[in-house]
Amino acid sequence: MAEFEPKIVTFACNWCTYAAADLAGTARVQYPPNVYIVRLMCSGMTNPDYVLRAFEEGADGVIVSGCHYTDCHYIDGPVKCDAMFAKVSKLMHILGLEEERLKREMISTSEGTVFARVVKEFVDQLKKLGPSPFSPLRKEKVAV
Amino acid sequence: MNLEDIIQETNTYYCLECGKCTSICPIARYDPAFSPRMLIENALLGFEDELVFNQKLFSCLTCYTCQQECPSDVDFPVFVRKARSIAQDNGQHGICAHSGQLQSLARLMTSPDIKQRRLEWLSQEYRVSEDSDVLLWVGCAPYFEPVFEDIEFRALDITEASLKILNFLGIEPKLLPDEKCCGHDVLWTGDEETFKKLAQHNAAQIKEAGVKKIIFSCPEGYRTFKLDYPNYGFDVDCELQHISEFLAEKIEKEGLKFNEVTKKVTYQDPCRLGRHLGVYDAPRKVLESIPGIELVEMEHSGWDSICCGTSAFTNCDSYSNLLRIDRLSEAVETGAELLITACPKCQTHFRCAMVDKGKEHRPTPKIEIMDLANLVTNAIGEGGNVIK
Repeated sequence: MAEFEPKIVTFACNWCTYAAADLAGTARVQYPPNVYIVRLMCSGMTNPDYVLRAFEEGADGVIVSGCHYTDCHYIDGPVKCDAMFAKVSKLMHILGLEEERLKREMISTSEGTVFARVVKEFVDQLKKLGPSPFSPLRKEKVAV
Repeated sequence: MNLEDIIQETNTYYCLECGKCTSICPIARYDPAFSPRMLIENALLGFEDELVFNQKLFSCLTCYTCQQECPSDVDFPVFVRKARSIAQDNGQHGICAHSGQLQSLARLMTSPDIKQRRLEWLSQEYRVSEDSDVLLWVGCAPYFEPVFEDIEFRALDITEASLKILNFLGIEPKLLPDEKCCGHDVLWTGDEETFKKLAQHNAAQIKEAGVKKIIFSCPEGYRTFKLDYPNYGFDVDCELQHISEFLAEKIEKEGLKFNEVTKKVTYQDPCRLGRHLGVYDAPRKVLESIPGIELVEMEHSGWDSICCGTSAFTNCDSYSNLLRIDRLSEAVETGAELLITACPKCQTHFRCAMVDKGKEHRPTPKIEIMDLANLVTNAIGEGGNVIK
């Protein structure tokens, strides 16, 4: 049987993490191809429902990543993101999801190598955990 | 199900086009573009697209006020519910409140592999029993806790109060560790598929638990179990009671007495408990039997009481908010210091409206709001007669 390949959805802010992922690409830093990046204008606009939907559509893990506290283009985006993340973590806890499947990161534009490392570590972690408890809901059309 | 069947099933053919539904509809009072009569007419004339691709279809509160006045007994809320399910099949989901989190949670819960940690709030002070005949339905309350922490509403307070009341009366209820959402919200937004999965799971869990009676602290769950589960073929074969009915029965048959609580209160009839199930007297009986409680009715009460403005967490818009503000004003005008409701959702929506300060010339009316179960816990036991 082929090894389990986790699917990861990353909500990345346009100004920092998305650019970091781009930098990792142009610098040819190798990282696993399990990650699907959703670009948002700010990590502060991530909504609890985005994370819930990602799991519903078959993600095995979710990374929410944006600028560092002092780098935000919209001043307090990361603070809002932290509040949202705390909320969704509580919801996921009650739903019975392992907390290792959710990850809050802050990756700045110049940290392409950090992005690659975070994804690599997360994939290793998820491989140990196995498929998400919501994977029976996974819809075929989403599986790429 | 196609539109023709829905029309047959809900008596829509008998519509006289009298427009009483639109004239009494609490949403049509604020939103000129919403008209129950127009929705019905579009269906009867066969304009299916006009009906299902109309965002206004999701504006209906399904509060059953229209049906109270309808001379032809058209079951408009069920008509809307079924039309919404056609809309869902066509990719129309309505605009869900709280960005659809509550509906997403219900869908996530359908996964058979999850192991919920839903009873972590349960502390040592409450007595529960594994082999009790009575089940207390907890419902969505643990999930509401993180979702509504911004508006300082704790739905579990109501569940804990119900548990406290049951313990006080010597009942150690059973709580299910793996119950799932009753499916009310997904059903009324038209997602029948998810509803059936949830209902099947819950009905099986209850059969396995072997209980004789289920007590609800939430009228939405009560309605869903009482009317919708049997309708979809998931019978639970139990006696079902709302906590207010349970208390009213205890007062009547066993002469339950309360301590004194001196408060002037008014009561908001939840649409699911009142118009859907016809329970108007039980909560009033409980309120009247508490010494010191003076119950004053609002301008609209009983069958024509006004809904709290949103149901099934769909389409919460500015019109809903206007409705809520007017309802809160009615409550304030009675001179009551406390607004009592028997539904956690009413409390959510009113508290949410009160977070908003309003305009300078028209500030949002403020009134303390409390669930019936919480009021009763203040009137039982030793030293329980003080409201903070």
